Amino acid sequence: MSSSFDVLIVGIGGQGTILASNILGEACLIENKPVKGAETHGMAQRGGSVESHIRIGGIHGPLIPPGQADLLISFDLLEALRYSHYLKKDGLLVTNSRMVLPTSVFTQKLALPKDEEIIATLKKFNLRVLDADKMATEAGSPLSQNVVMLGTACSAMPLKPASLIEAVKRLVPKKTVEINAKAFVAGRAFGGKC
Amino acid sequence: MERRYLLGNEAIAYACLEAGVDFVSGYPGTPSSEVVDTLRMQPDRSYYLEWSVNEKVALENALAAAWCGVRALCTMKHVGLNVAADPLMTSAYTGVTGGLVIMSADDPFAHSSQNEQDTRCYAHFARVPCLDPSGVQEAHDMIPKAFALSEEFGLPVIFRPTTRICHSKGDVELGDVVKSTRKGEFHKDPRQYVVIPVHTRILHKKLNEKQPALKKRLVELGFNHYEIKGKTAVIASGIGASYVEELLPDGVSFMKIGAYPIDEDWLAGFVRKHENVLIIEELAPEVEETVRQVAGTVPVFGKKNGYAPYEGELSPTAVAAIMEKAGFSVRNPYPVVQPVPDVPARPPILCAGCLHRSAFYAIKKVFMDAIYPSDIGCYTLGLQLGAVDMTICMGASITVASGIAHTGEPRDVICTIGDSTFLHTGIQGLLNAVYNGANMTVVILDNRITAMTGHQPNPNTGATACGVESPPVSLEAICRACGATFVESVDPYDVTGMVNLLHEAKKRSGVKVIIAKQMCVIMARRNGVKRGKYMVDTVACNGCGTCVRFGCPAIEFADENARINELCNGCAVCADLCPFGAIVREGKK
Repeated sequence: MSSSFDVLIVGIGGQGTILASNILGEACLIENKPVKGAETHGMAQRGGSVESHIRIGGIHGPLIPPGQADLLISFDLLEALRYSHYLKKDGLLVTNSRMVLPTSVFTQKLALPKDEEIIATLKKFNLRVLDADKMATEAGSPLSQNVVMLGTACSAMPLKPASLIEAVKRLVPKKTVEINAKAFVAGRAFGGKC
Repeated sequence: MERRYLLGNEAIAYACLEAGVDFVSGYPGTPSSEVVDTLRMQPDRSYYLEWSVNEKVALENALAAAWCGVRALCTMKHVGLNVAADPLMTSAYTGVTGGLVIMSADDPFAHSSQNEQDTRCYAHFARVPCLDPSGVQEAHDMIPKAFALSEEFGLPVIFRPTTRICHSKGDVELGDVVKSTRKGEFHKDPRQYVVIPVHTRILHKKLNEKQPALKKRLVELGFNHYEIKGKTAVIASGIGASYVEELLPDGVSFMKIGAYPIDEDWLAGFVRKHENVLIIEELAPEVEETVRQVAGTVPVFGKKNGYAPYEGELSPTAVAAIMEKAGFSVRNPYPVVQPVPDVPARPPILCAGCLHRSAFYAIKKVFMDAIYPSDIGCYTLGLQLGAVDMTICMGASITVASGIAHTGEPRDVICTIGDSTFLHTGIQGLLNAVYNGANMTVVILDNRITAMTGHQPNPNTGATACGVESPPVSLEAICRACGATFVESVDPYDVTGMVNLLHEAKKRSGVKVIIAKQMCVIMARRNGVKRGKYMVDTVACNGCGTCVRFGCPAIEFADENARINELCNGCAVCADLCPFGAIVREGKK
């Protein structure tokens, strides 16, 4: 078994999962840790379900086997449910409390589980649910929700908060550095409370 | 030297800079596109770069550059190599003087493709070397060696990463960029470059004579190597090798294949030292067939005896299962877990405000009971709208439409094709359909860009790959030059206008062309187009569901009413469709 710390970041194409995974990758470089990852590109990005694998300390393949992830970060409550089997038994699940309704629910009349049902199912993991949109908006921009989520997951990761903050500063657009730094701090404060 | 966290394709692009590449061409195709996209965005380029109109054109350009002694890279996805197969096969005969690396990216599991073909088979077929990386760093490190190998043997070299290399990431050690000062210089030698029968027979013999030395060289270069640790062995290639490395217990020998053709004598020496051998490779049994040729009485486990699948992509879990089935233990078995059942699917869909959705809506309204051939692009997602009956390969919507039209099938035939796909291989089909008198309608979905692969410019965009202005071609003029007499353009956001035009086309015989022009909504947003959002007047809305059936992700349904969410791009098509006038512009009520 690999000794890597495996993080799966999931969401919907366009939500910023790739930037979030790049921030983790950059933080690994800062700490001189090996890192591997894999992500969804191309047609699947068009509003579809997307996943980014990041293996902190990884030296072999980029894919996390199901049941092996140490941490699952989900930008959408329904996607948290979809990918929850990737988490190991005592894994940490950080998820946005909001859900974008999949169009299939209207066009194919598929049954959608209620928020409370999803949360009840996910409770078997170490669960942190946050309203990332709201916290990001309070920090200055709803676009910073990916950084809020990283902040919330920060305490579980084998990366120093200072490295993550430095990585955020390097990768987000210059004029949003301050907002994102605030977003990270807000996320981290929330994570600490859990 | 610098360490960076890079996408496989970015690492490949930087390696080309380190190899001092002089000439870059390609046609976009997932998962290959970011190599040229990275190279075209570099400041101070010392190389020529183009997005070509198709892969055949791209390869012929790059081949010519390599004939002039410069280093050329040509990129495409695996199915693009089918289009470029004609020059590929004979380029092995003529050879090259400058290094020619043909990157053909495979897509096991067809994440973004119409099939799962294996580029290694083409290399075998053409008798050219093929490099098959197992990770991002290795992909990077192979590129300068690929150019050198091409020059050493005077052969094009195929570089075959897969989706899990191109779109995986890793910490990569980069080398120094080399700015080439080479200039092209063509030395005339008709016996080498004019492939008339009397020349080509000799060239074929020379190609065959290169093989034994080539096989030995690939081992010397370290692409193919092994470690003997026990009585049983695993032989793996590509990304599969990285999964095996994670699982292989002590006491099992391991051979890694990173290049083809494989030296059979060298391989036999390894295989015959073992009691049995397991082969782990994605797609075709390319390694396995060579192993079976040399294995003698040593049992071989692989695809041919049902231990491993021919289709799909490998994963750590899949490799662990294959190893266990073949009687190999794994270092640490993975837990067996099942996904939560019945989570509503979230497949990719056309964007809110996408021109294709409104064009398909108009087509379905006018041509209710028709046959709808379509093509390769974002608009293939029109399948979800019931407006795509078949796709086969790039440019084939028009040819398939004319083929159906000539059979006597009584229904109307109306096909859809994007602008980039039309310019790729659609034009010939139109020319052919008009020339041979087919009765059909062609709708060119013109969003001015090659959208699905990441918004690469094409001759219809108005700029080259490097951002130099170039006058956009007139699709109307091309269609007329192909002989079509009914060629009309329309804005697909104007559903009424498009419906009227389609009725007009339906009445006529011959090949009718309608060009539905509207900028890709992602590009429009990037270019600062702001249309304002729309909202539902809940008093006027009676919950009929007409707008929801339109299938736009910005339209939801809750509490017996439609609701427009923040994805709205303001195309206003739903406002047109609503029978009760209940969809209005925000702030305009």
